Amino acid sequence: MPVDHIIDRYDARREALVQILLDVQKELRWLPRNVLKRVSDRLGVTLREIYNVATFYKHFSLVPQGRHQMSVCVGTACHVRGAQKLLDRVSNVVGIQAGGTSKDERFSLHTVNCVGCCALGPVMTVDGEYLSNPTTEELEKVCETCE
Amino acid sequence: MARLTSLEDLERYRQEVLARRDPKKPCVTICSGTGCRAYKSEKVAHAFQAELEAKGLAGKVDVRRTGCHGFCERGPIVVMLPEETCYLKVKVEDVPELVAETLVGGKVVERLLYRTDAGEGVVHENDIPFYKHQTRLLFHDNLRIDPTNLDDYLAVGGYGALAKALGSMTPEQVVAEVKKSNLRGRGGAGFPAGVKWETTRNSPGDERYVLVNADEGDPGAYMDRSILEGNPHSVLEGFIIGGYAIGARTGYVYVRQEYPLAVENLIGALDDLHEAGLLGENILGTGFSFEILIYRGAGAFVSGESSALMSSIEGKVGEPRPKYIRTSVKGLFDKPSNLNNVETWANVPLIISRGAEWFAGIGTEGSKGTKVFSLVGKVNNTGLVEVPMGMSLRRIVFDIGGGIREGRAFKAVQTGGPSGGVIPESMLDLPVDFDELTKVGSMMGSGGMIVMDDNTCMPDVAKYFLEFLADESCGKCVPCREGVWQMLQILTRMVKGEGREGDVELLEDLSTTVQDASLCALGQSAPNPVLSSIHYFRDEYRAHVEEKRCPALVCKALTSYWVDPDKCIACGLCKKNCPVGAISGEKKQVHVVDQALCTKCDTCFQVCPPKTRAVTKLSGQPVPKPPEDLAVRAAKGKKG
Amino acid sequence: MSAPAQTAEAPGAPVKLTIDGRSVEAREGMTVLQAAREAGIEIPTLCYLEELSGYGSCRLCLVEVKAGRRTRTVVSCLYPVEEGLEVQTETEKIAHHRKLILELLAARWDRVDPALLKKYGADPERFAKHTTYCILCGLCVRQCAEIEGKNVLGFIGRGTERQVVVYPELAAKFCAQCAKGREMPCLEVCPTGVITSEFAAAGLTLPDKLPVAYPVCIKDDDNLRDVAKKVGDV
Repeated sequence: MPVDHIIDRYDARREALVQILLDVQKELRWLPRNVLKRVSDRLGVTLREIYNVATFYKHFSLVPQGRHQMSVCVGTACHVRGAQKLLDRVSNVVGIQAGGTSKDERFSLHTVNCVGCCALGPVMTVDGEYLSNPTTEELEKVCETCE
Repeated sequence: MARLTSLEDLERYRQEVLARRDPKKPCVTICSGTGCRAYKSEKVAHAFQAELEAKGLAGKVDVRRTGCHGFCERGPIVVMLPEETCYLKVKVEDVPELVAETLVGGKVVERLLYRTDAGEGVVHENDIPFYKHQTRLLFHDNLRIDPTNLDDYLAVGGYGALAKALGSMTPEQVVAEVKKSNLRGRGGAGFPAGVKWETTRNSPGDERYVLVNADEGDPGAYMDRSILEGNPHSVLEGFIIGGYAIGARTGYVYVRQEYPLAVENLIGALDDLHEAGLLGENILGTGFSFEILIYRGAGAFVSGESSALMSSIEGKVGEPRPKYIRTSVKGLFDKPSNLNNVETWANVPLIISRGAEWFAGIGTEGSKGTKVFSLVGKVNNTGLVEVPMGMSLRRIVFDIGGGIREGRAFKAVQTGGPSGGVIPESMLDLPVDFDELTKVGSMMGSGGMIVMDDNTCMPDVAKYFLEFLADESCGKCVPCREGVWQMLQILTRMVKGEGREGDVELLEDLSTTVQDASLCALGQSAPNPVLSSIHYFRDEYRAHVEEKRCPALVCKALTSYWVDPDKCIACGLCKKNCPVGAISGEKKQVHVVDQALCTKCDTCFQVCPPKTRAVTKLSGQPVPKPPEDLAVRAAKGKKG
Repeated sequence: MSAPAQTAEAPGAPVKLTIDGRSVEAREGMTVLQAAREAGIEIPTLCYLEELSGYGSCRLCLVEVKAGRRTRTVVSCLYPVEEGLEVQTETEKIAHHRKLILELLAARWDRVDPALLKKYGADPERFAKHTTYCILCGLCVRQCAEIEGKNVLGFIGRGTERQVVVYPELAAKFCAQCAKGREMPCLEVCPTGVITSEFAAAGLTLPDKLPVAYPVCIKDDDNLRDVAKKVGDV
């Protein structure tokens, strides 16, 4: 099973559940059902707990994610500087709403509650790269570079 | 490096490091905090390396990537040592000039200096007004340290406090020193750290834990992140001292996964410490053993609450537990556990090496030491600010922050994040410390300070925080889950122009129960932003409910866009840029917004030339009908 | 989950406290609620059952306790008794909180006990309705896990999005036994009657392709789809 190497990294310790799911999320960009079952079996944690944890924390996704992750910061500092307008702009360019993934699985768009770059606000990240209040044109340019 | 096996070893090695370093050797330091990285500081660093290589200076000049300097507004920041010449907003194309002029020619490049209002260039970082009024104890070393290099930290005296504690103090003496310093928890509540340490130390049990709370969840606050990224060893040193004082063998650092650089730097720092013998079994041969484990949070604001954080480390859902038995008695894995936040731990080495009395000499009666704030929002100099407790809000916002952007009017400053409150202009002379902020209905919180100008609508801000909290509530208890949700419904109605008489009172009534009956601090403090904004800006609430008017012209549903026929010069910009074609107007004719089509996207308001200002926002009044005669009356270029 | 509630038979050192001015003798390890009930003092509860672990989510059993000089509002179902504790179960403040909590619950669920509503003067129409029937008291989840030793039911999500779901794969394995010759215990403990026999039946008649989870309070297809989305059943 492809997730065994992650589970082994933590000696299948029960309390490493969140850490294991984080590593799986990082590697696969989502948490497929068969992976969750495997984690459940190997850690001896009930499905009920696995799903409770996987749906409680914001970072986990139980559906496939796009190849490129876009996050718009909606922290307070960005909010008072017009994060909502930036979010609308990004939505228009990539054609998906926050929380969605484009049909071709190219992009996923999320909101985050503060990426800690308040000086650049309103700010967003594309695959971890920061953009400070990009215009529609700048966004279109960035999208072109994302396969 | 070889493992250090005694206190003398550490000192000997430190002297070796210092001996290898020439304080006169030129060094280019490039701020590589997250803010500056976002401004492409990494490319600037590469450009310096390439340029030095090309000019044959590679061995003669060091290049150091440092942690955050705090002046994020003007990044990337480059400081040239030994002269400490400070350049702001440095771009890749500036690099050859800086190398040629400053490093080779010994001259200052004027155009990249900070400029005062009078237009004079400021050469040194400490003379820039933003820095001049600060007392940088925690951030002092950031400029001198590459966070991935343990030697850099040792060179500025690092781990000297640990050596002092292990070598010449009993654990009880360390606790007493921290107690005497009156260091209060920087995570928000301000509980005396020494008292908590003592309780944990004295709780029965064979095992106890210490924890670092680096789950900095307040939106608009990033000081913990910068300390961890820029000087991880200052936190770890305090943490190891705490482990020794409290009698713990294991420590946990709980850090947000949204802070990848902090996680990376922490992991690297722990490896270096193990290798150096400063962590693990028998540290420096003193018989004290200590291990540190890193746990990443997976995105839940409530996990910053101590009992929820501990559940999360146990691999469970990060739900708070009722704290009828304190976590210092029964916490992580039901063992006595002591949790402090990043900034609290970073203060510990200073207290141990310089003494509690020195520390207690800084700050106010009830709040000692400095506090780091993230000064953000509509302020000119966004960044991280470290000031002695008790400095007035006015000085922080105006002297350090440089006042409000675009010369607009100050309206309020929000402190304490979603658990805090807004503070109006009449309170600007308030000395900032734990007790004063609580008195006026806000709180210190972790140190977010969000400046708001007159373009900010208070019910809208209150709604923003409740949206955040409704989304972040764990959902376990009724007052928080249902109460916050209902408060949000009321505010949502209000900003849509559907407010009803009695809504404000209903919010206040709900608040009392949410505050008193909720399970954890998230629910108990959730009404704060609402109550404080009602308290200081009740008129604004009244306007929304009674007049269906948004005085700040923010709430879309209550605002209309109208072209003032006396000012319009028919330049056509609004018509050209309107995304929905709601604006009509021919040459030399006053333009008109079709109210039925307008989506209130604000584009026309933004593109209308500043000299013209014909596009006007109206609220709480009917939109005037277009004039019969559409001929332009305003002369071009003149104010109508 | 906190530790299972101590039953009254649990041995423990005697502890003296006062409840509403009456002197009450309890034993170490008991909760204030248990001590009150033993003394015949009624405190309203919703998410509490003697045989299940304390959960403290409905907050109806709030009381004011004074230990030393400090008075606090706490939930009696979880607060441990201590020597010299002074408990007040019906202050003006507590009554106000209970009234509001009942009103908040009524926005979710249309069958809140009329006697309770009347006692605290609660107006069930006061807040915006967003009926889900399930009030997330967790009784069914705890019953299934703690008494039956199964994990057919669980929570997903957080905040107002939180839901109780059933895992059909496990339901198929265990619910039939549970249902043999008796009312299913999870149906028994549900205060809202939202877990229906349809739910029980669903565990017994399996569709071809099992979903991972579905909500116990099936309102409509939207609700089913919403849960399916959350657990990746798409």
